[in-house]
Amino acid sequence: MKPSGLRGSVAIVGVGHAGLGEAQGRTEMEILAEAAHDALADAGLGLRDIDGLATASVSATMWALPVAEYLGLRPSFVDSTMLGGSSFVSHMMPAALALNAGLCDAVLVCYGSTQRTATFGRKESVKVRPLLDPQPYEHPYQPALPVSAYALAAARHMHQYGTTRAQLAEVAVAARAWARLNPEAFMRDPLSINDVLAARMVADPLSVRDCCLVTDGAGAYVMVRAERARDLAQKPVYLLGNASATWHRQISSMPDLTVTAAQESGKRAYAMAQMKPADIDVVELYDAFTINTILFLEDLGFCKKGEGGAFVSGGAIAPGGRLAVNTNGGGLSCTHPGMYGIFIAIEAVRQLRGECGARQIADAQTALVHGNGGTLSSQSTSILGTEAVL
Amino acid sequence: MDNHMSESKPASGNPGPDKIFYDALKNGAFRIQRCAACSRHVFYPRMLCNHCGSPELAWVDASGNGTVYSTTVVRRKPEAGGDINIALIDLEEGVRMMSRVDGVAPQEVRIGMPVKAEIVIENERALLVFRTDRSPA
Repeated sequence: MKPSGLRGSVAIVGVGHAGLGEAQGRTEMEILAEAAHDALADAGLGLRDIDGLATASVSATMWALPVAEYLGLRPSFVDSTMLGGSSFVSHMMPAALALNAGLCDAVLVCYGSTQRTATFGRKESVKVRPLLDPQPYEHPYQPALPVSAYALAAARHMHQYGTTRAQLAEVAVAARAWARLNPEAFMRDPLSINDVLAARMVADPLSVRDCCLVTDGAGAYVMVRAERARDLAQKPVYLLGNASATWHRQISSMPDLTVTAAQESGKRAYAMAQMKPADIDVVELYDAFTINTILFLEDLGFCKKGEGGAFVSGGAIAPGGRLAVNTNGGGLSCTHPGMYGIFIAIEAVRQLRGECGARQIADAQTALVHGNGGTLSSQSTSILGTEAVL
Repeated sequence: MDNHMSESKPASGNPGPDKIFYDALKNGAFRIQRCAACSRHVFYPRMLCNHCGSPELAWVDASGNGTVYSTTVVRRKPEAGGDINIALIDLEEGVRMMSRVDGVAPQEVRIGMPVKAEIVIENERALLVFRTDRSPA
């Protein structure tokens, strides 16, 4: 079956999340289960209907097993591929293949993290990572990964293309403007360009406001074959295209810090969906750092390479701008529990169903979901659409 | 034993490339690999050429000359060690590595700066760092 044969063959029929912000007193598995329950209720399905599972964890290497055990699942299809934050976007491909092949009938894709409130939280996790996942040619320099890797990318983009800190700040300001329209977002206070420029520096040129939040959060979605999707409660959101690409793991191995593998994943996803950037109504991309938005808008073809700074300026990606990007407030202002990929999928689905209230993009029929993992290491692009664009 | 097989198969049971690199560094030598099959240099050290896949990697002395490809300052409180420079250095040989540039303030390092490798001892381990070619102001 050629990749384009998958177009429109499966759909997301339920989404849910839990524990956003601070899930004090709950474990990551508990909020994952809450999110799964919400997604299933949204789909009008039960746990007994789930026979496929896709999930990933930053720390637990066999994570699909404890999740299946906790939820009482016996999946005939399991995918625990861990590519970092892009995982829950990349999972759409094996899920679609498994559903098309009839290996299973309903796939639950899920994630949970309590990195903000857990005893063994983000700080402790960062400390042990060099032991669990050594990078002997980077760690000895104490580079404070991942932020310094993204700072290096931002610095190179500024050098090559004249991108400014103010343009990076535009990304943060736009994300906050969307968050102010989203009651579920973590940070909703006003934010100006000057606020971002004056904020505490973390790794030059990135200030703390150029960096994503550190929160708790869990998310889940349910995928079924298209024919079944039409019988269920919610308006189906079809998978039109998906592709993943990885060219490096470490920032010191990235061939060109201004060009990400999103160029490749985007190209293959657009081809499968038979679409181009101009066909996309709403973009949800993994904004771990402000530079990400600029890089991905370039690499996904919304503007030319090097012009991302100008493209996001003047509120162009904020509410009322020329392109709706990160309408929930993003990892920068909505939520970011360590791996954000599931939340961009959830927001895209909600936009295409028309459920987003004050932040709803009128007549949104197509969405591009782009996930990133590691240090610009793994890229995964999905294109979702309503029945009208099949 | 088939000679052809023993020539093409990566050696096993001897010190690996990580150890060879580090032992040289401890002895004050900055050595990197060069592929005998495609002539390109390889960094970080590994078993197979990442350009062409060949196991025929030989060790050569690196010139130590490089250019800053990108740079940042990791901001840390004084009690955590203070601000430090992290840089990506393009070596003359055509490979890139992470390092830091010593001899100037962390925020004074600039993309395009010519730098020269130097081996230092830190936390009882040999570490490759770079210094600017320029004399101190």
